[in-house]
Amino acid sequence: MRVLAIDTSNLVLSVAVVEEGRVLAEVTTNQQKNHSVRLMDCVSRLLDETDTRPEQLSGIGVAKGPGSYTGVRIGVATAKSIAWALNLPVVGVSSLQAVAQNALGFPGLIVPLFDARRGQVYSGAYRTAGMEAVSVQLAERIILLSDWLPLLREQAAGEPILFLGEDVRLHRETIAAVLGDQARFAPASHNHPRAAHIGLLALGEIENAGSAHDLVPEYLQLAEAEAKWLAQNQEGSQKE
Amino acid sequence: MNRREPSRYEERVRQAYQAHKESGEPTYILGIETSCDETSAAVVQDGRVVLSNVIASQADIHKRFGGVVPEVASRRHVENITLTIEEALTRAGRTLDDIHAIAVTYGPGLVGALLVGVAAAKAVSFARGIPLIGVHHIAGHIYANRLVEEMRFPLVALVVSGGHTELVLMKAHGEYEILGETRDDAAGEAYDKVARALKLPYPGGPHIDRLAREGEPRVPLPRAWLEPDSYDFSFSGLKSAVLNTLHNASQRGETIDPADLAASFQDSVTEVLVEKTIRAAREYGARQVLLAGGVAANRGLRERLQQRCEAEGVALVIPPLSLCTDNAAMIAAAGYIHYQKGQFAGLDLNGVPGLPLS
Ligand SMILES: [Zn+2]
Repeated sequence: MRVLAIDTSNLVLSVAVVEEGRVLAEVTTNQQKNHSVRLMDCVSRLLDETDTRPEQLSGIGVAKGPGSYTGVRIGVATAKSIAWALNLPVVGVSSLQAVAQNALGFPGLIVPLFDARRGQVYSGAYRTAGMEAVSVQLAERIILLSDWLPLLREQAAGEPILFLGEDVRLHRETIAAVLGDQARFAPASHNHPRAAHIGLLALGEIENAGSAHDLVPEYLQLAEAEAKWLAQNQEGSQKE
Repeated sequence: MNRREPSRYEERVRQAYQAHKESGEPTYILGIETSCDETSAAVVQDGRVVLSNVIASQADIHKRFGGVVPEVASRRHVENITLTIEEALTRAGRTLDDIHAIAVTYGPGLVGALLVGVAAAKAVSFARGIPLIGVHHIAGHIYANRLVEEMRFPLVALVVSGGHTELVLMKAHGEYEILGETRDDAAGEAYDKVARALKLPYPGGPHIDRLAREGEPRVPLPRAWLEPDSYDFSFSGLKSAVLNTLHNASQRGETIDPADLAASFQDSVTEVLVEKTIRAAREYGARQVLLAGGVAANRGLRERLQQRCEAEGVALVIPPLSLCTDNAAMIAAAGYIHYQKGQFAGLDLNGVPGLPLS
């Protein structure tokens, strides 16, 4: 079984081709955000280099968010369309969990985070469970960092908390101020998502994969206009 | 990365195109359109025959916001895209095996919305080794006419919708010369704004058109002719004049019959659109005048253009409404011209919100 995996959910572009127990190829860049221009060329090149014809694929894995709305959409639209065109299973993997996989083996709480502006972060908390995958301790969410850190301290129960992700540097001082020595920071090489992780996670889930039509991004929040509209209309109905 | 030999994908596409050209068999193009708030996919044969044209409209979703919300539109496109494509193939009685090329709108439009269609088109093209064609949205609107009647050149096309107002000259297939365009609001946009001022629901165009039939154009409103030789349009002054008229009347405690105001507004818009189109048709010896875009549904505009074209002795083509609003059949029809010329896009095709025509 050979799986193509894609992550374009943030600034990083990562594409991999994996098999059971083996990563055949992986390209990861952390430079430009023009995923729309670069993604398919990258996929094409990687399949050529691994001598893989599209029809030889057994499935697709994709980071389904959270992250940049546009980035997530490019990845998901591409993955579901390739899957649909070849009648392949497609597995959406949390973009946060993909980063958390970098810290597999860490003894404590693993916390990937992406900046979500206005003091908020997309984040979740994970723990090492065997050497296959991390397991979810606190479900992914969008949350004010100032609300998130006390929750993490409680969940960690004195164990170290490892923060991962390209945006951690934006919040490092705040995190250290609240958690002190309990907070750990990963080296730069652990901060970016790797499609190889997504590919291997997808391989494990391929039997349970749904229809390509059903794959949708996980934004973790409504579009601003929708949120406003809902708020207004709920207010209105409460007044009545 | 250094330049490399052609990829397997490029080789596959080249071979598929060559083989199909030599076979002399009909060409089936899958069109994809996601530039605004309609997710659409279609199958068109030889650029002329619509086998299917599926439009997943989001109009009801955006109505509550009083206009198209780009982020909401983009989200719906991702949810609907493969379903819509599959539906188009099913209704056409075809499978991907029968498709010779994929044509997709890559601009102009809402960038986030365009990107979904472009990503899907590239993905399917790559997965199946089928040529990819990037189509300009306005070219699509113009080619909707070819699904009704063969084009005769030179022709002048008036494209009017919520997003565009363009007067285009075509001397041959795939060759576009913009004679004029709006310098501010699109015609459809002006309709929406005036409708809002008259407290009519969104989208306002059809409501004004209907209301205008009940009134008389007796409210004096300006015509924006601009420079004598210009084919450009401007609707913001007219829109302001309508708002001022309403404002001044309410200050004086007078009421203006909304039907009369709608009729006067419509009269001003259609007179400028039609007279500039006729002048262009005359200057370039047009054998055909085409009306395209969502505003082509406007009865006031259709009737006026019909009368003037008859008087001028030039043929007028107006596609049925289903082909005037955004749809993928028109994109496939325009893409067919590129297919015949072997003009294909690479996998680096991007959505370009401000894409120029030609
Ligand atoms: Zn349009």
